[in-house]
Amino acid sequence: MGKNNKKWVSILLTALFAVITVIALTPVVSLIVASMRPSSELMRQGLSFFFDPASLDLGNYLAVFSEEGASYWQWYMNSLIVSGGLIVLSLFFSSMVGYALAMYNFKGVRVIFMLVLFVLMVPFEILMLPLYQMMTGLNLVDTYFAVMLPLIVAPVAVFFFRQYCLGLPKELMESARIDGCTEYGIFFKIMAPLMGPSFAAMAILQGLTSWNNFLWPLLVLRSNEMFTLPVGLATLLTPYGNNYELLFSGSVLTIVPIVLLFLFFQKFFISGLTVGGVKG
Amino acid sequence: MERSETMSNKKTFSLKGILHFLNSKKVAPYVFVSPFIVSFLALYLYPMIQAIIMSFQQVLPGQTTFVGTHNYQRILNPTFFQALGNTATYVFFTVIILVMIPIILSVFLNSKSLYFKNFFRAALFIPALTSVIVAGIIFRMMFGESENSFVNELLGLVGMDPVQWRYGAGTGMFLMVLLASWRWIGVNILYFLAGLQNVSEELYEAADIDGASAWQKFLFVTMPALKPVIIFVATITIINGFRMFEESFVFWENSSPGNIGLTIVGYIYKEGIQQNDMGFGAAIGVVLMLIIFVVSMIQLKFFGAFKKED
Repeated sequence: MGKNNKKWVSILLTALFAVITVIALTPVVSLIVASMRPSSELMRQGLSFFFDPASLDLGNYLAVFSEEGASYWQWYMNSLIVSGGLIVLSLFFSSMVGYALAMYNFKGVRVIFMLVLFVLMVPFEILMLPLYQMMTGLNLVDTYFAVMLPLIVAPVAVFFFRQYCLGLPKELMESARIDGCTEYGIFFKIMAPLMGPSFAAMAILQGLTSWNNFLWPLLVLRSNEMFTLPVGLATLLTPYGNNYELLFSGSVLTIVPIVLLFLFFQKFFISGLTVGGVKG
Repeated sequence: MERSETMSNKKTFSLKGILHFLNSKKVAPYVFVSPFIVSFLALYLYPMIQAIIMSFQQVLPGQTTFVGTHNYQRILNPTFFQALGNTATYVFFTVIILVMIPIILSVFLNSKSLYFKNFFRAALFIPALTSVIVAGIIFRMMFGESENSFVNELLGLVGMDPVQWRYGAGTGMFLMVLLASWRWIGVNILYFLAGLQNVSEELYEAADIDGASAWQKFLFVTMPALKPVIIFVATITIINGFRMFEESFVFWENSSPGNIGLTIVGYIYKEGIQQNDMGFGAAIGVVLMLIIFVVSMIQLKFFGAFKKED
């Protein structure tokens, strides 16, 4: 009896979660359905719950892959360049800083770590006008570099690398020193390879942050051919637009690669996106 | 011959000296942290000081004039208070929703009774992968104005009239809160799941012996153990709420009817960038910083995060 009851609780609970999951994923499924529907009607009428499955077609995708989609692919390229560049630069710099904060005992280490924590809590939006002014002054407006700059030494990544390094064996550094390895050699040849999982997690965090970043690129990018995906897609949202085909199919093509990556590298996504929860 | 040898020796010696100096255990860490120091000075400290200076200036291209507290006096206008009210409402609802729902879901996701846990956990996380812009595009379409749009059709099925979602203050707020909640619930579930791993089984066993009900166990064992995670999640939700801009932008772009979607950051964007009134924009930013600071402190105090026992 008791055992049977337990089984029923499990089945009910699982059914409840199935319903919640269906609700949570409805928007994503809707987007995919919408991308196969006539797009100007969608903008006027919204997506209908009732539709004839036979009426679905790939017309919007044909549009993206035709000449019409040229600017979309330019945005895609820009997003790839900015996110890729940022992953490389921010991992390189942030890992060095985090590593030093964890592995060396030097004068000022605590002050610098406090500064990292402080900076972590300063909302970017407060710095954004002076930074924008700086970009205008340095003639960097409308460049990839300007988009990347505020994220290159990411405090959140510094924090994560530091926490990760605290768990690495310091004895390895000592024995490498005895073998005549330089301090930099120790980092690049011995310790960095041990930090593999943290690099993966931060690559995903930084990549996703940059891929989805909106406000700063909106400020520093002026011309259509420099737009990143979110900024470009947002320009298609105007009620007077005539490129709605690109809007829906383009949105799907923007999130599909990320979802696929997530399914393959779930563990790294999760540790990357929940950095703040790491215990100090 | 001999002379040249000593010379080259001297040269390598000084080069060696520099390398040796850079490589010493004392200097290397400073080289490693230098990128942070440079970025701190150039991208945080300087802009922060600059923001404060600008807030006392009228900034025109090629010409800045000191205007005292004029910008701050200008902030006290109805539009700002509307932006503040919208933002505060948004913070209030997102904090409640994004703390309570993830706690409940994570407790179930952690229980032995649920099948396919990993699948559900991954599925609920997928919304976090979308950008606000793409998520907003989906929501705009589902919450279209016409009676033939997804949500209005569902309302029609239960005999309700179609709703003009994006044109009312209440429904507009609902859309923004819903969009944020949809994207963040999966992430917060993971925080709470991590917190639940720290609750010791023994406490539950002891509670069982005392004859505690499931609800009592949740209230007196689970919740106190989750307190640090609750504080953490509430803090980041409050800060993110005050920083909100995109959730509004994606529904109304640059301006919403009667400013129903205007947020503080939206106001900074409007005044500082679109109207090119950087001094005023900077002043709003400084006020925003103070608000975030004060609210976070009150919140931390409320949760007793400053008490020694924690």
